[in-house]
Amino acid sequence: MAVDRSLSNRYRREWIVRAGTFLCAAISILTTLGIIYVLVSESLGFFKEVSVLSFVTGTKWGPPNDYGVLPLVSGTMIIAILAGCIAIPLGLLGAVYLSEYASEKLRNVVKPVLELLAGIPTIVYGFFAVTFVTPQLKKILPDLPAYNALSGGIVVGIMILPIVASLSEEALNAVPRSLREGGLALGATKGEVIRGIVIPGALSGIMSAFLLGLARAAGETMAVTLAAGQLPNLTWDITQSMQTMSAYIVTIARGEAPAGSVEYQTIFAVGLALFVITLTMNMLAQKLVAKYRLKYG
Amino acid sequence: MKQISIAVLGIAAMVALGCGDKGATGSGDTLGGRIQADGSSTVHPFTAAYAEEFRAENGGVSITVGESGTGGGFKRFCRGETDISNASRPIKQEEMDLCLENGVEYIEIPVAYDALTVVVHPKNTLLDTITVADLKRLWEPDSSVQTWRDLNPAWPAEKILLFGPGQASGTFDYFTEAIVGKAKSSRTDFQASESDNELVRGVQGSEWALGYFGFSYYDQNRETLKALKIDMNNGGVGPSFESVENGTYQPLSRPLLIYVNKKAAARPEVQAFVHFILDPANRDIMKEEGFVPLPDAVYNIAREKFDAMKTGTLFGGKEAVGLKLEDLLKAESGK
Amino acid sequence: MDNVTVPKQDLSARLPIFRIFKERLFVVLCIIGTLFGVIALLLLSYQIFVDGAQRLSWDFLWAMPSRHPEKAGILPALVGTLWLLLLTTCFTVPLGVGSAIYLEEFAQKNWLNRLIQVNIANLAGVPSIVYGLLGLAIFVRTMSLGKSLVAAALTMSLLILPMVITAAQEAIRAVPQSYREGSLALGATRWETVRHSVLPSAFSGILTGIILGLSRALGEAAPLIAVGAATFVSNVPKSPVEEGFTVMPIQIFNWSDMPKRGFIENAAAAIIILMTVIIVFNLLAAYLRVQARRKTRG
Repeated sequence: MAVDRSLSNRYRREWIVRAGTFLCAAISILTTLGIIYVLVSESLGFFKEVSVLSFVTGTKWGPPNDYGVLPLVSGTMIIAILAGCIAIPLGLLGAVYLSEYASEKLRNVVKPVLELLAGIPTIVYGFFAVTFVTPQLKKILPDLPAYNALSGGIVVGIMILPIVASLSEEALNAVPRSLREGGLALGATKGEVIRGIVIPGALSGIMSAFLLGLARAAGETMAVTLAAGQLPNLTWDITQSMQTMSAYIVTIARGEAPAGSVEYQTIFAVGLALFVITLTMNMLAQKLVAKYRLKYG
Repeated sequence: MKQISIAVLGIAAMVALGCGDKGATGSGDTLGGRIQADGSSTVHPFTAAYAEEFRAENGGVSITVGESGTGGGFKRFCRGETDISNASRPIKQEEMDLCLENGVEYIEIPVAYDALTVVVHPKNTLLDTITVADLKRLWEPDSSVQTWRDLNPAWPAEKILLFGPGQASGTFDYFTEAIVGKAKSSRTDFQASESDNELVRGVQGSEWALGYFGFSYYDQNRETLKALKIDMNNGGVGPSFESVENGTYQPLSRPLLIYVNKKAAARPEVQAFVHFILDPANRDIMKEEGFVPLPDAVYNIAREKFDAMKTGTLFGGKEAVGLKLEDLLKAESGK
Repeated sequence: MDNVTVPKQDLSARLPIFRIFKERLFVVLCIIGTLFGVIALLLLSYQIFVDGAQRLSWDFLWAMPSRHPEKAGILPALVGTLWLLLLTTCFTVPLGVGSAIYLEEFAQKNWLNRLIQVNIANLAGVPSIVYGLLGLAIFVRTMSLGKSLVAAALTMSLLILPMVITAAQEAIRAVPQSYREGSLALGATRWETVRHSVLPSAFSGILTGIILGLSRALGEAAPLIAVGAATFVSNVPKSPVEEGFTVMPIQIFNWSDMPKRGFIENAAAAIIILMTVIIVFNLLAAYLRVQARRKTRG
């Protein structure tokens, strides 16, 4: 029974809905502002006691005496790089295969598998590192300690592989077919076309995929906490234990540091550093994608 | 949208089912309510084990046991956030002040004795005994000992991987006080964790590791860890139920305590739980978990004290290094 | 590339042996890259089944955690996870769908709306532990919700919102413009058009996004540790505002961290249960996606 509603009533409803949905969308801005506010305001107390310079350049992390964040940053970066060493080449090769060689049928099998791999909780990767990867590595390197960066890096690499592969595949797919045909017409083999034309053509898209994968690896928490241990360690030796920024936060948060204490503030200071690093990587990735879109629109 | 509401209903039904099942397991008891405990990770298996057995009889009571470390636990306890604080050292002056400030009164109950155990990997055949002086050299701030050779020139130059409890831990406080001479005075380049399980896994899996934690964690993992004898100019004594009971395992024997908020102690479920812990019939629970029971007399005194709601601490805010069972007994009966 | 049809090249006829070798090698490498993920998944599943399958039983589902691994179960974690899922759905669905409707249907092209859009993309890349810190400071402390399921669910909602919004936006964008024009031409307002024409057509696409978002929430542990999920919880949560709760990933983390072999098996068994739910969610999403595609194409 459609009662004749007055026009103004309908417009009022329209206005309310608009305002309401705008507020929903504004939550995302509030979230960002909230993150920045929380990280900065909670770290302020910390930076009153520790200068920003010594925090950023200090090479020793050992609260409550030493607050140099570099060992945590290097731990984070080394694990991200290790993960990248696995995920970047394999992810790109996989993407090339899926985009250029694979039959529709095979793609329909492999892509859901990759999606599933991407959907596995990171804690499961941590479990895998502890119960499978580390014991296997120990067969090759008998002196390997229980906690080591290598095992963490490997599982994080498996974890980010689907991201790198699917984003790279998207980039490869966007390269116009005419470019491929041109190459083939000039007598190049398919492989040569891919290496000489398609990959260079999709390069900024691929780079962005790499960066997003690395950013994800840098922010990863549970797998590295279980696998790489809790030793702030400024070293290149990947068989050693290393603490990442996220692992430090989780370890302290697990012990429930009381609000206002220095431990409580350190996790926000470290969180701020992590946030800045991953945000930079993400923004760079988006810049690259934008550039890429411009190219093939 | 219909599908969503069906899904939501389904989940809600499952949640309700879960709750219903829980009610069914509590067989005709009258006790209910919640007990919140937090604090030492060394005491955690103790309280968690008693909580589990207690709940087998009193399904209506829910108990959560956190492991924030003794220090972290007291900070919450003294703000009135928890009912029971697990402690691997007596309450400190600043924590007493914090409690006073917030009007939190507490009853101190010694529950067990612990032997702080120094462990290495079982394949490590270099040593069976370590002197207190060597432990000090190893753990003191800015220690120059990096490899096993630094400890003894005859040993290989393999890096010593150190594992120990974190800053908020009472075990850390006690160990540093007993070995280095000053609480919280320690080198910082070691793997620190509030979770003792993490420390155990670290030493288990690293041939050149050395770590320390509560006896219970060693007791539960004997086949994969090797405990060192501690030599305090007496040839070395290893941690065991006997050496703790007869007071020869020094200086790393110490009492474990729980602190009960006085207000919470008036609640029947908290009373029942504390009585359950002190009941001689339940002594096996702690032995199973690797905690050394105190003499019965201490528990009797503790129970009288709890029932009389006598608040305060016997330790005057100090660490209980070198305290033997008899001393504790004397201190308890003295009041 | 859909159906790239390149005429089959008879390599041996025209190319020197080295180029043929390089060509073949490249394909083999590409296949290795593709298979690596598949093999990793198989290995991982195998390892988890070997460790955990024998622990699976109804008792395991309905028992409380215990210091004896063979007696331990996951009931509090399971119920905690269901609560979390329910609450997160309640918070996320209106916010996510509302945001998507605004951005796709109402928003003018101005700096503010562009900022919102860029911001959502950036939020998707923020590490989950940072959301945990946000939740700890805002929900647990400032709003004094305590270490409760509500605080956890709010944190989790913020974490999955970017995912849900983006998916819902895509679904709404896929609705043909003609639907809107038809409705507007009949005198409907913008909102009436959205409600009666756009949302019904975009429904399965939006649902896909929500399900995938929830499946992410299901497996996240790090932000919940920051928000304060407890280590030993002996009871099933009775209400969402009660302090002290645990969820499946946290239980798995605690068990994985234990030195005793029995707990590792428990962790594996809990992983099997968690993964089963996640796979069901993913299959559901895949099914809905196929349906959605059929709808917009047809």
